[in-house]
Amino acid sequence: MSILSVTDLSVARGGVPVLEGLNFSVASGQVLILRGPNGAGKTTLLRTLAGLQPALAGQVICAPDAVAYGAHADGLKSTLTAAENLTFWAGVYGQSGIDAALTAFDLNPLADRPAGNLSAGQKRRLGLARLLVTGRPVWVLDEPTVSLDTASVALFAAAVQAHLETGGAMIVATHIDLGLQAQVLDVTPFRADPKTATGAFDEAFL
Amino acid sequence: MIRLLLRDLTLALRAGGGFGLGLGFFLILVTLVPFGVGPNSERLAAIAPGILWVGALLACLLSLDRIFALDYEDGSLDLLATAPVPLEGLVAMKALAHWITTGLPLVIAAPFLGVLLHLDTDAYRWLIITLLIGTPALSIIGAFGAAITVGLKRGGLLMSLLVLPLYIPTLIFGAEVVRRGARGFEVTTPLLMQAGITAGAIAMLPFAAAAAIRIALR
Amino acid sequence: MASIWEWANPRKFMAWTDKALPVIAVAAAVLFVAGLVWGFFFVPDDYRQGATVKIFYIHVPSAMIAINAWLMMLVASLIWLVRRHHVSVLAAKAAAPIGLVMTLIALASGAIWGKPMWGTYWEWDPRLTSFLILFLFYAGYLALWEAIEDPDTAADLTSVLCLVGSVFAVLSRYAVNFWNQGLHQGASLSLDKQENVADVFWYPALVSLAGFVLLFIALVLLRTRTEVRARRLHAIEMRERVQG
Repeated sequence: MSILSVTDLSVARGGVPVLEGLNFSVASGQVLILRGPNGAGKTTLLRTLAGLQPALAGQVICAPDAVAYGAHADGLKSTLTAAENLTFWAGVYGQSGIDAALTAFDLNPLADRPAGNLSAGQKRRLGLARLLVTGRPVWVLDEPTVSLDTASVALFAAAVQAHLETGGAMIVATHIDLGLQAQVLDVTPFRADPKTATGAFDEAFL
Repeated sequence: MIRLLLRDLTLALRAGGGFGLGLGFFLILVTLVPFGVGPNSERLAAIAPGILWVGALLACLLSLDRIFALDYEDGSLDLLATAPVPLEGLVAMKALAHWITTGLPLVIAAPFLGVLLHLDTDAYRWLIITLLIGTPALSIIGAFGAAITVGLKRGGLLMSLLVLPLYIPTLIFGAEVVRRGARGFEVTTPLLMQAGITAGAIAMLPFAAAAAIRIALR
Repeated sequence: MASIWEWANPRKFMAWTDKALPVIAVAAAVLFVAGLVWGFFFVPDDYRQGATVKIFYIHVPSAMIAINAWLMMLVASLIWLVRRHHVSVLAAKAAAPIGLVMTLIALASGAIWGKPMWGTYWEWDPRLTSFLILFLFYAGYLALWEAIEDPDTAADLTSVLCLVGSVFAVLSRYAVNFWNQGLHQGASLSLDKQENVADVFWYPALVSLAGFVLLFIALVLLRTRTEVRARRLHAIEMRERVQG
């Protein structure tokens, strides 16, 4: 059973279609890895899936409040401690208990340090730990392993594995091998042809 | 929702100067005025209501651009927009936090600064009442301005240009009440008008601001 | 009968304005010149205000355009927000600088008229003040357009600003009225109050007003055409960037 499916999806950035005709679905326990060169439109696609921008055409079928989005930026407040940052996000999502998330990403020793004092990799781990406190089944992640070392990538892979085993799913844009069973979708063939793409707002002007 | 408010208040406290900056600005502004217009106490008393109101307004403006800009820069705004919190509520909470950290201290400080400007004795209560009624409007209007300029380069400067004209009605009625109060005139009409503007702004602007944020994040 | 919205399709808009604009522009020029020449040279001096009254033929129409340009922007912004017609919001963008200049003309001509009549260039009279505020609103609206790069984002945000700004502009108008009762004469040119002004003054004023209205329409169409072209250029550039 799929928890997120996409039919005939076209996405646009700045009024120009970048990807078109996308069809895929993700069931619980599955991982979908998006690949493609820089600027191919992976981030645009992920933001559309997260509901931050409207689709140009086609549909994203997904239960409301199923998606947890993780972007390049971690959304951490440097003056709050790691634990306070997580507690805040847990509260926003109506969850409680951040211990499991701290443990999963080996953040317990850092829990009382202000997020501003953490290294880039530690911040990233904290940002990823945020996903665990959202309680949402579908993770939509944009380059989650940036600035993580090998050990941290392994922690992340383990967290994803645990998430999948409890019925979660993940759609991720990444270039490294997480060692997970995954479908891979290369977005390059779906690059929109500026001549034929339909539905763009700018079209009326051409 | 309440967590958003608490987080913003904590952040303002931790960042240091969250409460102090606007107040310091207000104090400096009021101190500078007598240097500009001379120490004549009658003249100061005549312009005191206006100076105090304009000062409060500018002090409010000072911290506005941080309302959404910080969250936008560190990515929190994207994440909050995808969280199960209505953006309208987020705007309202942010404006409330801004009011508690900026507006409320101004209301408390204004009577003391009134002393410096020889404000008429009768006017003090009206000064406090109008600031109490008017500053929430300044915060929510400011939140709208901050929302519409979020993510823009040099958004702060532009925001002042957009927000200050929207402050005019609140300023007019606020200062008018204090001026009339100082002379012992009837103040009901402007007071009600000001309260109406505040109520209307609180009711409408969160929606406009949330729409602006959605557009800006798109 | 085709939907009236088809006129808002950029290509169709360019086609019909291409034909209509010269006609409107010529009519505007004729009426504008005729109204002003008639008003300036063939109308007797007012017994009270002397020749100074003649600035009326610039002051009043420009003031009316200044206000109505904002109303037009409001309507155009609403159409954009509801129906997503690009030409509509581009017309709003095109009208803003014209409204700004009309506001300036009204303020300047008012100051020039005010000096002999009231003995001062500037008075914090409610109407003068309202126009100053209107000027600030125009400036803010234009500044927001300039500041945002993505054209659709800019269109959306300026439209929201226009809506909220309209509400506050009306509020400011009443607040300013409350704040200071003024020395302006009452409405001297409105269709139901024409007895305020004698016929000799009235007819050239109507011609002059018609000239200003047509001038405004012609300028808006011209500027909108420029905006449509600029937008087309932007679209082509974006496509090429995607292709390249």
